Amino acid sequence: MTSFVVIVAYLSLLLILGFFSSRFFRGTSKDYFVASHSIGPFLLLMSVFGTTMTAFALVGSTGKAFERGIGVYGLMASSSALVHAAVFFWVGIKLWAIGKRHGYVTQIQFFRARFESNGLGYLLFPILVGLVIPYLLIGVMGAAKVILPATAGAFPQAFPNEGTPFAGGIPFWLTGLGVCAVVLSYIFAGGSRATAWANTFQTLFFMGMGLVAFCAIAHGLGGLRAASRVPLTVTPAGEVVQTHRIDPETHAVVERESPLKVGRLVHPDPPAQAVQPHLSRRRYAVTFERTDPQSGEAVLLTREIGVPPLMFLTYFLIPLSVGMFPHIFQHWLTARSAGSFRLTVVAHPICIMIVWVPCVLIGVWASGLLPPTLSTSAVLSVMLQQLVGNPILGGLLTTGVLAAIMSSLDSQFLCMGTIFTNDIVLHRAPQDRFSDRQIIFMSRAFIVGIVTITYALAMLALAKNVNIFDLAVWSFSGFTSLFPLIVAALYWKRATRAGAYASVVAAMVVWFYYFWRSGFGGEYTVSVGSWRGIMPVTLSFAASALMLVLVSLGTRPPSQATINRFFFEHSMGLSATGDGNEE
Amino acid sequence: MKYALYLLVAVLVIAHQDVFNWDDSSLVLGCLPVGLAYHVAYTLVTALMWVLAIKVAWPADVDVPADD
Repeated sequence: MTSFVVIVAYLSLLLILGFFSSRFFRGTSKDYFVASHSIGPFLLLMSVFGTTMTAFALVGSTGKAFERGIGVYGLMASSSALVHAAVFFWVGIKLWAIGKRHGYVTQIQFFRARFESNGLGYLLFPILVGLVIPYLLIGVMGAAKVILPATAGAFPQAFPNEGTPFAGGIPFWLTGLGVCAVVLSYIFAGGSRATAWANTFQTLFFMGMGLVAFCAIAHGLGGLRAASRVPLTVTPAGEVVQTHRIDPETHAVVERESPLKVGRLVHPDPPAQAVQPHLSRRRYAVTFERTDPQSGEAVLLTREIGVPPLMFLTYFLIPLSVGMFPHIFQHWLTARSAGSFRLTVVAHPICIMIVWVPCVLIGVWASGLLPPTLSTSAVLSVMLQQLVGNPILGGLLTTGVLAAIMSSLDSQFLCMGTIFTNDIVLHRAPQDRFSDRQIIFMSRAFIVGIVTITYALAMLALAKNVNIFDLAVWSFSGFTSLFPLIVAALYWKRATRAGAYASVVAAMVVWFYYFWRSGFGGEYTVSVGSWRGIMPVTLSFAASALMLVLVSLGTRPPSQATINRFFFEHSMGLSATGDGNEE
Repeated sequence: MKYALYLLVAVLVIAHQDVFNWDDSSLVLGCLPVGLAYHVAYTLVTALMWVLAIKVAWPADVDVPADD
């Protein structure tokens, strides 16, 4: 119950902050969508970083490290440290300058003008919305997965949660509803300014709480050196064993009198001496035994630990997705000046490290303590619940995870409303057809529609126990597949309208094919001969880039007026002309 | 200068593929697996490179304050 009270107190504080920021709201649609380009360096860093750090970064990374080990950090974190900052530096700043000069609020406005095509906007709109929805899903799912164990025991009568070990915890449906309601409330109150403020508050909160959580868990494990002895072990006999356990009375980790066998090594041959596979990237295949919840029978589950080299190599493409996230584009446009990006470019890699290293280590340690067949999305919250005895601290730490999730959901919700209003409703409408009040109302109505769909899909995905990390990677892969489009739009004068269409269609056809093959969101890699572990994004990205180049070279170049408008290396005077809807 | 930056980024892209750490599960400072320690160091080097980038290769033609 104490944890529940702490969580409710935090949500209330967030609502107060949102309503306070609404006092600065100027009542115009420009202020609602891009905060009148008034966001300085620190708020920009916090809002961009907070937006990119989602349930994926906390709940997902811990769960994936629980499965695959330390390689998860290199898969997404260190690569993002380089790639995200590079995208901010070479794409973000340039887009900000062009957006500011021509008054664009959304990506689609930019692409329509650059490629001289209204139709391209209508093609991109459902694709961008469709790719953001899985990203939204993981936020709602992550919150639900974290709150249930954290509040277990609080309401045994109201929520018996039969069939789960979390009797009395807040059920998924109620957490999802509460989180969506709170986020919608403060977005509606203050638009992008409220989002930037709330993101800053929440980002500082979750980074601080993340460090406290890490220290509390490491302390519960007996310190960092002792913790490194805890992960799952493979013995020379080929048995997979856990050598430690958590004492439920003292919340401390103790060594088992005899190792607990939890699985068996399938590949490679048993090692000469005991190894801890989660501490390297070497590939091991193991089988675990688990009880089927329906039939009650024991079934074998084969899982890979480690990271295949080709998977590690091709994952490097995935962080490029940040260049095509519509919500990040919107955050870029809120910047007061290009100089505001400096802090984001430099500090973003450090912030990634501060969040990801503890999460990956917690996942690796958990492999030796929690049942190997536990839902990966529950690993972080179960570790917090079992190793942090103090309910107030436990509540605060859970709230930190919730903060990270909500700091992404708000930007994504706001962005959905922005692109619908600007790219669909206002695009063809005569100027002054709608008042600012009407525009904001339409944006809010669309957001409510998207949130309703997201909520329903999240409940379905939770029922099917979809892996948060894998679902997010599919969303990112889709955006990465579109990345050649933004690079060509900014740096290749010869890129044409037909090339853009071909690129988008090729990217989505290849992406959807593999998404379908994966069972709509599971982990999936492609094998070509003896080359195993290729991420599907490699093929969708290559198809997109290839079609863009080939079709552009075979079609008529863009007009000179368009080239002059978008390639102005020596004349980036930034006078806002507000022609974002002129096309 | 911008070509030097391209070169540095290319070097970091290659350095990300630390195949020499693949099978190594030894611990740095008794607590951090070497494969993870390498990538933590890599992240710090990346941040330093971006400090250098904004000092010497910042696109001067976009660095204009907002007009509203």
